[in-house]
Amino acid sequence: MTAAFVAGADASSEVPLKRRLKRAERTRRLKALALILPLLLFLLFTFLGPIAGMLWRSVDDWEVRQVLPHTVAALADWDGKDVPGEPAFAALAGDIRTARDAGTVAIASKRLNYALNGFRTIMAGTARNLKTLPDPGTAKATLIAINPAWGERATWAAIKGASGPLTGFYLLGALDLTRNLDGAIVAAPEEQAIYRDVFGRTFTISFGVTALCLILGFPVAYMLATLPTGQSNLLMIFVLLPFWTSLLVRTCAWIVVLQSEGIVNDSLRWLGLIDEPLRLIYNRFGVYVAMTHVLLPFMILPLYSSMKSISPAYMRAAASLGASPVTAFLRVYLPQTVPGIGAGSLLVFILAIGYYITPALVGGAADQMISYFIAFYTTETVNWGLASALGAVLLLATLLLAVVYGKLVHGQQVTGGMKN
Amino acid sequence: MSDNHAPRTASQRAAWTTTVVVASLVLVFLMAPILAIMPLSFSSGSYLTYPLPGLSLRWYEDFLNSPRWVSSLKNSVIIGVASTILSMVLGTLASLGLAQWKSKFKPLVLAIVLSPVVVPGVITAVGLYFFFAPIGLTGSYAGLILAHTALSTPFVVITVSATLQSFDMNLARAAASLGASPLYAFRRVILPLILPGLASGALFAFATSFDEVVVVLFMAGPEQRTLPREMFSGIRENISPTITAAAVILTTISVILLATLEALRRRNERLKGNLR
Repeated sequence: MTAAFVAGADASSEVPLKRRLKRAERTRRLKALALILPLLLFLLFTFLGPIAGMLWRSVDDWEVRQVLPHTVAALADWDGKDVPGEPAFAALAGDIRTARDAGTVAIASKRLNYALNGFRTIMAGTARNLKTLPDPGTAKATLIAINPAWGERATWAAIKGASGPLTGFYLLGALDLTRNLDGAIVAAPEEQAIYRDVFGRTFTISFGVTALCLILGFPVAYMLATLPTGQSNLLMIFVLLPFWTSLLVRTCAWIVVLQSEGIVNDSLRWLGLIDEPLRLIYNRFGVYVAMTHVLLPFMILPLYSSMKSISPAYMRAAASLGASPVTAFLRVYLPQTVPGIGAGSLLVFILAIGYYITPALVGGAADQMISYFIAFYTTETVNWGLASALGAVLLLATLLLAVVYGKLVHGQQVTGGMKN
Repeated sequence: MSDNHAPRTASQRAAWTTTVVVASLVLVFLMAPILAIMPLSFSSGSYLTYPLPGLSLRWYEDFLNSPRWVSSLKNSVIIGVASTILSMVLGTLASLGLAQWKSKFKPLVLAIVLSPVVVPGVITAVGLYFFFAPIGLTGSYAGLILAHTALSTPFVVITVSATLQSFDMNLARAAASLGASPLYAFRRVILPLILPGLASGALFAFATSFDEVVVVLFMAGPEQRTLPREMFSGIRENISPTITAAAVILTTISVILLATLEALRRRNERLKGNLR
C-alpha cells in the first residue's frame, strides 16, 4: 500500500516536473526575447523600415496612376500596335483637365519625361491649350491638333509603360537598360547610359584602394606582430589615432597637404624638383591617397590579429628543415595569413564601395562613386525612383560581400576554436 | 618576449630591416597629415602654408566667437550624448537577452542588429530621409538622435556582448540562490562587473555619432548642423584656418576617447590577470 502510494506520488510528480521545467525554459526564452525586442522594434522603425521603403520606391510607379487614372484604365486593353482609339483620348482629356485644376500635371509629366524626353513640354502645352473638355467624339482630333505628338504611338507607349503599379524602369535604368516600344529589354540610349561606368569606376577605385591597403598594411601588421608587446603597443598608437580621428579631419588634412600651395608642392618646389605645382588633389590621385589613408587601419587590424596567432615555431621548424627564409615565408608564413588577408581585404572593399564623403571632397567630377549619384538624385534632381534603384544595386552588392565576409570570419573562429 | 619571429641570419636581418623601414614609412603616412595641419591652427597668418609667420590663438578665438561653429559643437554634443544614452539602454538590454537566448534564429537576429554598420551610409541616409520626411522628423533633433542611435547601437552590442561572454553567469545564479531578485542581482552583481565593458560601448557609441556626417547631411536643418557637417561645408567652400582649429578640437576629443578606452582595456586585462 505504501509502496503503491509512493509509486503513485512519483508518477504524478514526474509529469508536472517535466512540464515545470519546460515552462521555466519557455519563460526564460520569452524573457530573453523581451530584452531583445525593444532594439528590434527600434531598428524596424529607424533602419529596416526606411531601407525597405527605399527598395519599394525603386519599383513603385504611382505618379501617372494617380494623376491620369482614367487614361490608365482606358489603356489597360491597348495592344500597343497602333495609336489608341477615341475613348483613350477622351479619358486623357478629362484627366488632364482634372489634373490642371488640382495642380498635379507636373507630377505626372516629370515621371513621363523620364520615359520619353520632351514629354514635359507636351503635357504642359496640352494642359494650357485644352480650354474646355472636347465635345464627345472629337477628343482625338482636338488633342492631335494641340500637339501632333498625341498622334504618335511612342507617346502613348510612354504613358502605358508608366502606368504601374510596379515598374522595372528604374532598376533597368540603374543598369543602363530600358524597354523599347515593343517591351523588349534593350540597351539605354547612350546619353543616359552612364551607370555601368559609375559602378565600374566604383569597383575599380575600391579594388585599387584595397590593393594599396594590403601592400601598405602587410609590412606594418608584420612588424607589429613580430615586435615585443611593449614596442608594438606603442606603435599601435600610430594606427589607432588616425583610426579614431574624424573622417572630416583626415580628409581636410589631405587637402591642406596636397593642394597646389600645400606642404608637398611647396617642399618639392623648394627642393627644385618641380617648377609648376603638381595637381595632387581634386583628381583620382587624391581619392586614392585619402581613401587609402582612411581605410588602412581596417586592413592592418585584422591582418595583425591573424599574424599574432601564428606560432613562431612554424617558421623555426621550416628553417630547421632547410627552408630558405624566402621559402619559409612564402610557403609557411604567408598561407597562414590568408584568412587575415581575406577578412581585411573584404572589409576594406565593402567599406570602400559605399564611400561618399571622401570622394565628394577630394575627387573631381570624373572620380565620383555610386554613392554620390544616389545623393545627387535624392537631393538635387529629386529623381527618387532612380536614386532608390541605384541604392538597391549598391545594397545588394554590399550585402553579398558581407555574407562572404561573415562566412570567412565565422569559419576562422570555428577553426580557431578547433586549434585550441 | 624572446618567443617572436626575431631575425637570425644576415639575410633575415636585411629582410627585417627592410620591413621595419617600409612599415615605419607607412606609419608616418598614417600620422603625417594629422600632424601637418595641427600647427597651422596656431598660425598668426591666414594662409595654410609653412613656415608659419608667427604663433597666435586667433583662429581658436575665431572659432569660439563664431555662432555657427559654437552651435555646431553644441549640437554634436547634444546629439552624441542623447544617442549614446538611448543606444546604451537598447544595446545593453539586447546583449543581455542575446547572451541567454538560444535559437536557430539567433544568427539572423544578430545580422539584423549589426547590419547598420555594414550598409553604406548613403543608403541609410536616403532611406531615413524618405521615411522621416513625411512624419516631420527631418530637420529635427529627434530624427537625428534616432538615426544616430540606430548607427551606434551595433557597437554597443558588440562591446557589451564581448564583456558578457567573459562574464561568469554562475555569479548571477549564486545571487539568485541567495534570494536576490533579478533586478537586484543585475544592479549589485552583474552591473559592477560589466561596467568597464559598458563604458567602452558608450565611448564607441559617442564616437560613432560624433563622427557621423552622411545622415546629418541629408536630415539636419540649419538648426541641427553638427561639427563634422560644418566642417564639410567649410571644406567645400574654402579651407580657412578656422577649420584647422576645429580639426584640432575634434582630434583632441578623439584622443581623449581613445585614451579612455585604452585605460579601460588595460584595467580590464589587469583584473583578468588578478583573477588568474
